[in-house]
Amino acid sequence: MSLLQIRNVTQRFGGVVAVNDVSMHVDEGEVFALVGPNGAGKSTIFNLLSRFYTPAGGSITFDGHDLMKLSPDQVPSLGVARTFQNIELFEQATVLQNLLVGRHRHRKTSVLAEAFFTRKVWEEERHHRHAAEQVIDFLNLQAYRDKLIAGLPYGVRKVVELGRALATEPKLLLLDEPASGLSVEETQDMAFWIEDIQKQMGITVLMVEHDMGLVSAVSDRVLALADGKELATGKPSEVQSHPAVIEAYLGTSGIAKGGTAPVRSTAEDAAQKTGDVA
Amino acid sequence: MRFVFKTSYDADIRWFKHGAQMFWYAILLAIMLAVPLYFMATGDPYLLGEFTSVLIFAIAGMGLMLLTGQTGLVSLGHATFMAMGCYANVLLLNAGVPWLISFPLVGLLAGVFGTIIAFPVLRLHGVYLALATLAMSILTGDFIILGEAWTGGVSGIAVPDISIFGYGVNKYANPYAYYYVVLAVVLIVLAFYRNLLRSPTGRSFAAVRDSEISAQAMGINLTRTKATSFFFSCAAAGLAGALFGHNATYVTHETFDVVMSITLLLMIVIGGLGFIHGAFLGAIVVGLIPVLIANGRSFLATTFDVNINIPGLESAMFASILIGFILFEPMGLYGRWLKIRTYFELFPFYRKDMFRRQKSYLKTERVK
Amino acid sequence: MDFVQLVVSGLANGCVYGLIALGFVLIYKATEAVNFAQGDFMMIGAFVCVGLTNAEYMGLSFWLAIPLAMLIMAALGYAFDWGVLRHMSGQSQTSIVILTIALGFILRFAAGTIWSHEPVSLETPFAGQDLRFNGIVLGIDEIAIIVVTVVLTALLFLFFSRTKLGVAMQAASQNQLAAYYMGIPVKRIQSMVWALSGAVAAVAGILFASKGAIDPSAGLLGIKAFAAAAIGGFGSLPGALIGGLIIGLVEPFSSRYGPPGVSQIAPYAILLLVLIFRPGGLFSQSQKKKV
Repeated sequence: MSLLQIRNVTQRFGGVVAVNDVSMHVDEGEVFALVGPNGAGKSTIFNLLSRFYTPAGGSITFDGHDLMKLSPDQVPSLGVARTFQNIELFEQATVLQNLLVGRHRHRKTSVLAEAFFTRKVWEEERHHRHAAEQVIDFLNLQAYRDKLIAGLPYGVRKVVELGRALATEPKLLLLDEPASGLSVEETQDMAFWIEDIQKQMGITVLMVEHDMGLVSAVSDRVLALADGKELATGKPSEVQSHPAVIEAYLGTSGIAKGGTAPVRSTAEDAAQKTGDVA
Repeated sequence: MRFVFKTSYDADIRWFKHGAQMFWYAILLAIMLAVPLYFMATGDPYLLGEFTSVLIFAIAGMGLMLLTGQTGLVSLGHATFMAMGCYANVLLLNAGVPWLISFPLVGLLAGVFGTIIAFPVLRLHGVYLALATLAMSILTGDFIILGEAWTGGVSGIAVPDISIFGYGVNKYANPYAYYYVVLAVVLIVLAFYRNLLRSPTGRSFAAVRDSEISAQAMGINLTRTKATSFFFSCAAAGLAGALFGHNATYVTHETFDVVMSITLLLMIVIGGLGFIHGAFLGAIVVGLIPVLIANGRSFLATTFDVNINIPGLESAMFASILIGFILFEPMGLYGRWLKIRTYFELFPFYRKDMFRRQKSYLKTERVK
Repeated sequence: MDFVQLVVSGLANGCVYGLIALGFVLIYKATEAVNFAQGDFMMIGAFVCVGLTNAEYMGLSFWLAIPLAMLIMAALGYAFDWGVLRHMSGQSQTSIVILTIALGFILRFAAGTIWSHEPVSLETPFAGQDLRFNGIVLGIDEIAIIVVTVVLTALLFLFFSRTKLGVAMQAASQNQLAAYYMGIPVKRIQSMVWALSGAVAAVAGILFASKGAIDPSAGLLGIKAFAAAAIGGFGSLPGALIGGLIIGLVEPFSSRYGPPGVSQIAPYAILLLVLIFRPGGLFSQSQKKKV
């Protein structure tokens, strides 16, 4: 039984079919990557998993629970944490506070107890801080602990967002373009972290990523999407050499492999970035 | 420059970050406790009355700050909840309930009332919420008139005295005792406020304020969090309203009007949105302006024999100060104080743009 | 006939509300700022016209005073955006709301100081004249208000669809970034929108003052106009006008046929109800932020 099971999911925006009858499953302990040109429906799948969207058809089950029955704020309680493509941190709070918000699903105290700040609340707070501190150590965020997010550079924010997701102690981590906008060195750090998250912490990772270097370095399986449809699933090398994938990225005109990928405009989103298929 | 070496998690959780901070707040508290002694010595408690009103506004300000500064929900209708608290208090006291029971009950009632009112408007964002609460605030006076049987409507209603175990406290008969009662309420509300802020509830408020979408992705229920914020905010406003009633001794349908709602919001913006200190600093500004104008007027009249009596001068001055702050110091008086403090702590290494990045960038509320 | 008179006076009031609502919908669409002082702009516009026309002040011709007042209000709107709002880009919408509330206080104070707090009425050539037929008595002022509003709406429609500036304003309000990339000077366009909205406020003020008396607190009428804009969903110019007419009609009819006090409450109750049940306005569908 897979940890995450998506069956025949379809999502429409007006006349556009963003995700068209996609089925996939993510097994416990693996790193699974979604790749595809812009507008292929990768982020839409993430938003379906977070329950920000309700699909027109199909089913999603996680760890034996039917996700369709849950509201967006109930999904994290099952152990699903995520990051966002365009960083959504709590700007006017410190890094530590952001991580502590990640602990929200482990909250055991009532509002009333918190208003009086009872002994139990105090002990829980210590416990949450201990957990957040471990994430800070893991991601080397010590220098930024008490800094407001509003003053932090982009690369650090990206790491803080990963940290916030880790602070929830998830079973499944959804990373939406973890390496976008990062430098080569930062991307390498990210690759090591993802590996540690998988191997040491035993967290299953599902990620959307354009950087094929990162994808082939860390992922066990890859699903390629284009125009909301599944093209191929398999090992990174298999998917990369799959004819349908090459066609989706490079078009039928047969541009030599290894060049920069062409920009492909799609219905949902005018092309902004280039998919890097090296 | 002070370095604080944190050696335990408790250092982060405690009310005060370090000993010196605790020392300064203890001194402030001692001064607050000693203030009536000075007025007792001079025998003229007029200014003490102003002090007391400032504290009452600070309580209401803390309530609104929790909602607007901490949770990011703008209310232009908090005078409604003050009215609710005031009238509930009067009705309970008139029904023979002892003050020590009626007063906390008023906080609870105003909180529940606020939460019930909040539910239908919780889906609204930013300006829409402000407009809805503004409409509510305008309708308050009409509802007070409609409920004439209980509220006295247009002709108003007298507010009974506070009585604590048979010891009567009246603003005129015993201004010193009244001041201490208000100060005690301030401290209690403050304690609750600080406790909420350092616990998961306070963090979920900040999360909702800064990004609803990722708050949800962290498992925070938006409706419940906003309703909680409304509850505590309206409870504080209700308590402030009850004290305001005791302060005014007589209230009518015009006591808690829209202008008061608007003043409350402008007040916390001047003080500094998002900081507890802001509620107090804003209340001081609101309390000081009329005193300053009155003094200025009598100064002009006695020294230059010029009599100026311009209606609306108070609110115009207040508004100009506010515009100045929004343009030049969006973080309010408290933000200015932080900068001054940092300047001296780092002297001579302070740089002008040290706080630049803390500006909050526009989050568009339009979807297209 | 009683009914027709109620309709006409309701429509006349509604036109004023509609024009104020139009003013802040213009600004809201173009700059995302909500101008809580729009009602006070209207009030100042009326007072400026009073200052230009009435015998006790400058005593200019009414027909000369109208364009002058519009020009002055346009300049005021432009100056406010240029001098104040442009310096606060990057601050939240809420700060702008609070800023305009404060501006309203100052405008009320200024009007009270310059023109006193006593109600004054505008001396118009058609003051007090009636139009009578079949036993129906209609004030010329009310007819004039309706006619002027219709003409102004038509002119605005032509402006937005036919002139380069109008099209640029539309573009800037639909997608600021794209407009900026297309070489439209978005900042200047926004100031122009404020100017345009100031001129519309002047017209609303003149119409309001020609029908009755004006005093500095008349600016609070702006809140009723919010109800009008809310009905239209804040984003639609025709919606704002229709909303204004609805509010204008509800008032006299509820005061005639409803229990006492209802006509006073009605506009605000409508505002509250529309916000609660149809936050996107009566005619629109809601949309969600994309992540």
